[in-house]
Amino acid sequence: MAGTTHNQKNFLGVPVAKPRVAFFELSSCEGCQLQILNNEATLLDFLSLVQVVNFREAMTEKSDDYDIAFVEGSITRKDEVERLRNIRQNARVLVALGSCACFGGINQLKNRFDPDWVKRKVYGNSPVDTDKAQPLEEFVHINLRIYGCPVRKEEVERIVTNLVIGKEIHHPRYPVCMECKANENVCLFDLGEPCLGPVTRAGCDSWCPNSRAGCWGCRGPADEANMEQMRKIMAEKGFSEETLIDRLECFGGFKDSVDRIRKGQP
Amino acid sequence: MKLTCKVDVHHLSRVEGHGNITIRIQDGKLEEARWEVVETPRFFEAFLIGKKWDNAPWICGRICGICSIGHTLASIRAVENAFGIEPTEQTRKLRLLLKHMETLQSHILHLYFLAAPDFANVGSVFPLIETAPDIVARAARIKLLANDICDCIGGRRMHPTRTIVGGFTLLPTKDELRGHRDRLKEVMDDLVKTADLFRSFTLPDFIRETEFVSLKGSGQYPFIGGDLVSTDGVQKREQDYREMTNEYIVEQSTSKWSRLSRKSFAVGALARLNNNFELLHEWAREISLSFGLQPVNHNPYMNNMAQLVEAVHVAAESIDMIDELLDSEFSEPRQPVAARAGIGVGAVEVPRGILYHSYEFDDTGHIINCDCVIPTSQNHANIQHDLQELAEHYAKKGRKDRDIELLAQMLVRAYDPCISCSVH
Ligand code: SF4
Ligand code: SF4
Ligand code: SF4
Repeated sequence: MAGTTHNQKNFLGVPVAKPRVAFFELSSCEGCQLQILNNEATLLDFLSLVQVVNFREAMTEKSDDYDIAFVEGSITRKDEVERLRNIRQNARVLVALGSCACFGGINQLKNRFDPDWVKRKVYGNSPVDTDKAQPLEEFVHINLRIYGCPVRKEEVERIVTNLVIGKEIHHPRYPVCMECKANENVCLFDLGEPCLGPVTRAGCDSWCPNSRAGCWGCRGPADEANMEQMRKIMAEKGFSEETLIDRLECFGGFKDSVDRIRKGQP
Repeated sequence: MKLTCKVDVHHLSRVEGHGNITIRIQDGKLEEARWEVVETPRFFEAFLIGKKWDNAPWICGRICGICSIGHTLASIRAVENAFGIEPTEQTRKLRLLLKHMETLQSHILHLYFLAAPDFANVGSVFPLIETAPDIVARAARIKLLANDICDCIGGRRMHPTRTIVGGFTLLPTKDELRGHRDRLKEVMDDLVKTADLFRSFTLPDFIRETEFVSLKGSGQYPFIGGDLVSTDGVQKREQDYREMTNEYIVEQSTSKWSRLSRKSFAVGALARLNNNFELLHEWAREISLSFGLQPVNHNPYMNNMAQLVEAVHVAAESIDMIDELLDSEFSEPRQPVAARAGIGVGAVEVPRGILYHSYEFDDTGHIINCDCVIPTSQNHANIQHDLQELAEHYAKKGRKDRDIELLAQMLVRAYDPCISCSVH
């Protein structure tokens, strides 16, 4: 159990040490962490695999002695950079948990504006400290990314299990469309709805299209993304550039493509 | 009589987000009692500007991971009110059912995982997995059911996919609903046992009179839309919410504060119950009375019990609603949306209290102004005033610093604050 050190795990007869795991959040909705607590069916199995030593949302005890740190949220203030650097020093493996940590997430939408205007808009003339919203890798080296807004709990568990038993972790290189087709969904374009499935990295099991909702690209670009083709499909199906940009820029993963489209480049 | 007290809690645990507590009593005099919010703001109200209406619910749900369904529904309601869209009866019911299940899962999470460890004298729920496995399994069972129903109706339990302006992208099947109804019936027994467990805990005996603000139910205990009401007799229309919240900026907090008739007010389960007791499902009312909880109750720790009462209420009402849905013929899941210029407000009771989203649109449906008022920010000032009086009260009684620190932490936790949400 968490907080104790007994209880060695076996994997195929080989004893595996229970890694000490810590969770941290920067600027975020705390949803990615919650996804882990929210997994009642397998939470207890998960907890038997690791030793949770730091999880402020769930426990009072804290420790700076941990192997794996999961960091959720983006960096929007200087004190967060300090916290992140500390975590980096303590952790053997640093995992960026969710789109905020991987790409800046929803928060980076404020980078469209002048920072002073943003502050004034919400806090008037009162001073508040805030910088651009940025992903973790702008400041420290990241060992592993878990994509999604929110992350998918099954995926987190699979990745943690692989980490614990020392297996290499691979993300799908192909786009969401592949999963969507395997799930035999009706394509949203045929229903007159836009979808970023053709260019977004798979791994969510086409979560949104399964519910007949178009993809907004929360997991960022697939390795095999063909943006030119995507722009053509959207235009052919009668969707405006604005609709395409709204989706591409929502979570920060497609920043380069958005910049190019805005500049009128191919 | 105890003359000095020194409490410093940095980044209070088992709450959502970052807050600090400081208490100083010197020579019997309260020098300082502070509830400080140090969360980094994310500026949703600014970065939404210029976006088209369909972005709003999808983006604004991300204000909070715990009550993403409530935010999404408040956002949808604000857009629909601006465009003059009336949801169908079927949409209304499905939304309320979804909302109920978020309330149930959030209340259970708070009661068992965040609040109960204090009463059981442990730092988290984790040691209880070994010492009280039945209790943890029960909490997990109720939460799992609530979350499964959220998956079924909203597409997923967090940041829902099916909920859109105009209705739903996809409906649950009747078979799914039937299965959930049966599981809900089974879970009622777990809720009764939860009540027994909490009846075995002793609540701190602290009382401070305050004003309670919530939606005002008409015919039904309120969760989505309607008039606003306070226990001091103020009543306002949904679109006049600003006269109810009166937000202002304070230095000790990156979250804004609120006031109405007094220096502060409270929102949340206890506020809803204090204003709408008669509208509770009879099973819930019975449980409430068994805790000696009836309006107007001014013990802030009672918010825990009010959550429990509401957990029973939403579960019981959901069974009835699913029966009604099963008896009806399903119609089209969504209606068409035509954007127009205007302002729309959506008020929704989320687990921690009343939440408002308000957007102003130009005639192409682009957002030109956006305002979101979060329950926890409405509670911050009340927490601050409770904290001052609590520190004095227990210091006078001669309680140790360690006790006062725990009571102060339990007080803040009783409000179930959602801090990152209040600093959105
Ligand atoms: S990635 Fe999404 S779900 Fe995760 S913390 Fe950020 S906003 Fe919340
Ligand atoms: S719905 Fe989206 S993800 Fe599915 S096939 Fe169509 S474009 Fe691809
Ligand atoms: S379908 Fe797209 S938006 Fe939805 S979870 Fe998957 S990657 Fe994210």
